[in-house]
Formats: sequence, C-alpha cells, structure tokens
Amino acid sequence: MTESSAAFVRRDMLPPQAPPATQAGVLKWLRENLFSSPLNAVLTLAGAYVVWWLVAHSYPWLSHSVWNAGSLSECRAIIAERWGADATGACWAVIKERWHQYIFGFYPPELYWRPISVFLLLFVALAPVLFSAVPRVLLVFTVVYPFLATWLLWGGSPWIEVMILVGFVLGWAAFRIASRYGSLLAVSVALAVPALWWVFAAGPMDRALEQAIRLAIEKVASDKFGGFLLAVTIGVGGIAMSLPLGILLALGRRSDMFLIKALSVGFIEFIRGVPLITLLFVASLLLNYFLPPGTNFDIILRVEILVTLFAAAYIAEVVRGGLAALPRGQYEAADSLGLDYWKAQRLIILPQALKISIPGIVSTFIGMFKDTTLVVFVGLFDPLKGISDFVRADFNWKGIYWEPYIFVGCIFFLFNFSMSRYSMYLENKLKRDHR
Amino acid sequence: MKKSVFLGTLTMAGLAAGLVSAGTLDDVKARGELNCGVNTGLVGFAAPDANGNWTGFDVAICKAVAAAVLGDASKVKYVPTTGQTRFTALASGEVDVLARNSTWTYSRDTDLKLDFVGVNYYDGQGFMVRKDLGVSSAKELEGATVCIQTGTTTELNLADFFKANNMSYQPIAIDTNAEGEQQYLAGACDAYTTDISGLAATRAAFADPENHIILPEVVSKEPLGPAVRHGDNQWGDIVMWTLNALVAAEEYGVTSANIDELSKGTENPEINRLLGTEGDLGAMVGLDKDWAKRAIKAGGNYGEIFAATIGEQTPIGLARGLNAQWTQGGLLYAPPFR
Repeated sequence: MTESSAAFVRRDMLPPQAPPATQAGVLKWLRENLFSSPLNAVLTLAGAYVVWWLVAHSYPWLSHSVWNAGSLSECRAIIAERWGADATGACWAVIKERWHQYIFGFYPPELYWRPISVFLLLFVALAPVLFSAVPRVLLVFTVVYPFLATWLLWGGSPWIEVMILVGFVLGWAAFRIASRYGSLLAVSVALAVPALWWVFAAGPMDRALEQAIRLAIEKVASDKFGGFLLAVTIGVGGIAMSLPLGILLALGRRSDMFLIKALSVGFIEFIRGVPLITLLFVASLLLNYFLPPGTNFDIILRVEILVTLFAAAYIAEVVRGGLAALPRGQYEAADSLGLDYWKAQRLIILPQALKISIPGIVSTFIGMFKDTTLVVFVGLFDPLKGISDFVRADFNWKGIYWEPYIFVGCIFFLFNFSMSRYSMYLENKLKRDHR
Repeated sequence: MKKSVFLGTLTMAGLAAGLVSAGTLDDVKARGELNCGVNTGLVGFAAPDANGNWTGFDVAICKAVAAAVLGDASKVKYVPTTGQTRFTALASGEVDVLARNSTWTYSRDTDLKLDFVGVNYYDGQGFMVRKDLGVSSAKELEGATVCIQTGTTTELNLADFFKANNMSYQPIAIDTNAEGEQQYLAGACDAYTTDISGLAATRAAFADPENHIILPEVVSKEPLGPAVRHGDNQWGDIVMWTLNALVAAEEYGVTSANIDELSKGTENPEINRLLGTEGDLGAMVGLDKDWAKRAIKAGGNYGEIFAATIGEQTPIGLARGLNAQWTQGGLLYAPPFR
C-alpha cells in the first residue's frame, strides 16, 4: 500500500483559470458582435455616433416637458422660467387638453362610454377568432358584434341592424336547407332570400318593431367621428371585411371558370393600379355626382367600402401567393378523397395557404390601418393631420408641431406592434416542422 | 335595348331630381339645418375648440345665415372642407353655402359655376422675413428662397410678382401652414409667403414675434367671400343680403347690444326696414320680417364679429385696413336696404 511506486498523480482538480480577458464577458461579446472586422468597427462607431447625436438633440427637449399650461405661449414662459431663456422643451399640455379629440374626434363627451364599450367588446369578439383556447360559443357573439358595434357607435334605433342580421341568418338557413338539393340551388337561394327580405320585409318590420319596442338611443352623425375612433372604425371594419373578400378574389383568380377569373383579375389589377387617394376622392366627390341629389350616403360608409375593396385586392394577391406555394399533391389529394371544390378549399387548401400567407396578410392590415390617415384629404378628421390641423387652428396652440405627431405616432405604434406580435405568435403556434 | 331604356330613365330621374332640388331654401328649411362648408382649421376664421364648438370669422357667416333662415344660429352642420374638396362639395350639394376663405376669382365664378355673393374679408398676399435678413421691401428679395403652399393662388401670384420685377427666386414647396412655419423657423427659407391675415396670425404665435417683419408690399388681391351654387338666385340673394345686413348694421350703429332697443322703431327708416319694423323686406327673399334682426343678433354686426374673432383685441391682432366701412376709408359698402 505504498504510494511511492506510483507516478505522481494529482489528487484534486486544478481550480479553473479565468479565460483570457479577450475571450470572456463583455469584451468577447463586443469583439464578436461589434468589432469583428475593421469594417464592422467603423460601422459600429458610426452607428454609435448617430445614436449619440439623436439623443443629444432630443433629450434636452424631452426632459424639458411641460404638462400643465393653457397655451403654447404659457408653455414657453414656463420653460424659460424653469430652464433658462434659451431652453427648448416639449409642450405636452396640448395633449393633456385635447387628448379626447385625438381619441374620439367630436363624439359627444357624455356618450364616450359607447365607443369605449365597443372597443372593449371588440376584444371579446376577437378572442375566439384569435385564440383557440377560448370557448367556441363566443363565436356567436363575434357574428353579432359588427351589428352591435354599428348600433352603439351611430346610435338610433337598433332594429335596422337587427333586420340586416336577420337577413343574413335567413340566407344561411336557406343555404343549409337548399344544399340538400344541389349546390347551385343552394347558392342562388342563399343570395335571393336575404335580398328579398331586405327589399320587401325589412323596412316594414323595422318600422313595426320601432313602434312596438322603442330602443332608440341618441344618434351620433358621422361628422362627429374623428381621431382614433375614426381610424379604428375604418381600420377594423376594413380588416374584417377585406379578408373574406380577398380570399374569394384569390380563389376567383385561380378559378377555371373564365368569367369569374376575368372579373377577379380585372378587379384586382384595377384596384392595385390606382392610388388609394384616388379611390377616396371617388368616394367623397364622384359618388355625389352619380347618386341622385339629396341622397345621403354616409361618408364614413363610402370610405369604408373603398378602403375594404382596396385592401381586398392586396389580400387577394397575398393569398394567391400562399395558394401557389402549395404543392400540387395537396390539390390532387383533396380530389382523390372525393371532396367537392368548397370542401377541398375549406378543409385542405386554405388552411395551409393561409398559414403561409400570415406575414403578408398582417403586413397588408398594418399598412391599411396606417392608410386610414389618408381620409384627411376628403375632409374627415384623421388623428395624424386632421385633428392636429384644427388643434393648431386654435390660437392657443398655433405653432405646435412635434408633440401631436409624437403622440399619434406612439398610439399607432402600439396598435401595429401588437398586430405584428400576434402574427408572430400565430406563426409559431401553427409551425409544423415538415416544411 | 332594355338596359339603355333603364339607364335613360335613371338619367331622367336624376335630372328631374336635380331640378326639384333647385330650391336650396326649401331644402334647408325641410332639413332644419344649414350645411356650411368651412375650413378644416384656420386660426381666427374657423376652428373648433376643445369642446367641438366652431368659432371664427367665417363661422360667424354660417351662424348668421342659419339665424336668418332657420331662426337659430346653432342649427348649423359644419362640413370641414379641404382646398381640394371645397368647390366639389358645394357643386354636389353636400353644403349649402361655402364660407371658407375662398378667393373670388373670375374662373371660379364662371367656369366652376359658383356664385360669390360678396366679400367678407379683403386679404392680400404678403411676405414675412426675419429682421436680421436686413430686407425692408419685397423688391429686395432677389434670389431668395421662399416657402410657398402648393396648389394655391398664392403660388401663382408669387411667380407673377417675381417675373414682373425681373427677379429670380427659389420656391420651397410646403403642404400646410404648420409645415411652412416649421420650415421658415428652421431657416429652410428666407421668406414665407401667404395671405397677410395668415402671416399676422403666424407671426403672433412665434416665440419671438419681434424678430420677424411682414414686408409692406401686398402682391395680390384676395377678396375672400362666401359662395353658393350657380343657378339658385333666391338662395344666393339670402346669403348675399345676410352678409350685407351685417355690414349695414355696423354702418348704422346697430349692435347686438342695442338691437332690441332699436327694433322698437327709430327715426332712421333704413334701420327700420333692416330690422323689419317698417316694410316687409324679408318676404321678397322668402323669409319673415325679422330675418336680418336675427342674423345680426347671432354674433353681432360685421364690426363686432371682426373684433371678436380676428381684430386687434385678439391675439391675431388684425387691423381693419381695407375691411373698414367705406365711411372709414375701407371697402365695405353695403347697398341700401330699400
């Protein structure tokens, strides 16, 4: 049991040495990420200079913020008093005084609960669509929601909305009954029944119900809408309506039927070939010449329709990209199972095609939501320019420039960033590793 | 064949409807509300406050017309119009009267089928420069960069002025007044040009108004006035004489303070006719006797409106200048109420 015969064996581990200074910690990270080559080093320094320049120029202005003042000149006086005569500063007092107009436009303040509840209910209505964990029963509410929202926002008697909804329900019921006797019959009945209902029955029923049960709430005209209320109304309405329309157009463009294909191609190419501004001017000006004088066709509805058509054309092309990306085998598999066209699309083709198209669809929506600010050119009060212009038309706030833009920009960012995050969540959830 | 008949019928129906609706006065009375086209926001002339109530010099015209026709100055629906949409909004019937600081020009009056019924503000285009530029006359602006709103008459006037004086300039195109101010303050242009009323308001809102001057030259005539559609003369008369009533009221010393007193009868027959205590001028335009009295009560006479919205007591601080009564050396001259 002597140990002398054995060679020297270390009994305990050497304590680990610290890695060379350049291979660890911050230094390593810096070396690898920011200074890995001379070019990278130059770019890093240039980037750092730009950031420093931006902060150095905006920080003093932002740090001299004034929240309580009645006018721009008062703001200036406060800034001069607190930070010296040459100091510049942000005058957020304008947002504090006018924020409600940026959010609601001219909507009567005592009725703010209506748009607010519509906005909150929007999430209830969207939940079953966006998240699969939410009980499916809520989908009923999703269907009712657009009508409820219209009623709450514009007020008046709810029976018109109810009548329109009933028309859709009748159409759906007719479709279910008639589809036993053939799909062509089913489609034509599903179109005819609601049309007949709206033309002949809805009006008298509306009046009768209005007489019987008075549920009218105070009306709010479209010219009272403005700011983010307007942007969200047009944006959400456009998104909700343009997606189904866009999918139909994409299917139409890939259809074998000549007429349907020609109409879809013509529509998509026409709409995509024309700037949105042109369509908005058509909505606001040209339609007035076509319609008989005295026709009061709501301006928000007109804009909404054209924004929807515009977005639908883009969605159609995005979805068509998804459809084209599917391998031919998927179509043939659907055929070999004996599925008819609609079943094949619904069960096999579209779920895969739409999954591929998610990023494109969401970018189109984000773009469309931002494009709602263009309604300023037809005299509606969009939050970015419309509201800011009339806030500046008040002498107290004349000359204010950056603050409203920054405020509106932040809110737009919140909306669009959430949409973008949701699309990433959806992509992750639907990720199947076979492709 | 059938389709063409259908389209023809539709056209005829449209034409018939167009003819029927020629009576703007009846339309307004039936609607119970005056649709008044205003600016989307111009300091002193038309702007909604924090509660959404519109005020301003142009807005006062809307209120006066509504008071004359409907008996209530608040029965106005303000339709904000942009520079691009204003005339179409009027022509298509979306608004009954356009009180939106629009310049009365030959082509607008004839080619665009509008009727300007008068002038409520005589404006003109001017230049604003920084004092340290050392310029005291617009004729010294040789080679200057000028900020100019695109698509307006001011753009054309600017070109005319520099051409007439054989000078060169470099235009910096801007979209709105707010942007123009920003560019001018940032030093992107030496001079900022727009209507003098606009320049005065802009300068008053600067942090350092004393460092900027408005040059004495007025390079254009900008008679701003309310406009109506061509072809409905009765309605045109109503708007025209409502404006004239406001002007005449100032001339005769009828104010919102003494109007109730004066309408009991005065020695001046002109005032009596204006206020409806004598004769029945209202019936001639399809209104009642008290129409002018209500119009004046809505916001006071022309002078009171001017003082309350853009006059020297307001921050905008415009002097009456050309907009004084003819008896005071101005251009306001209301035809007799007879």
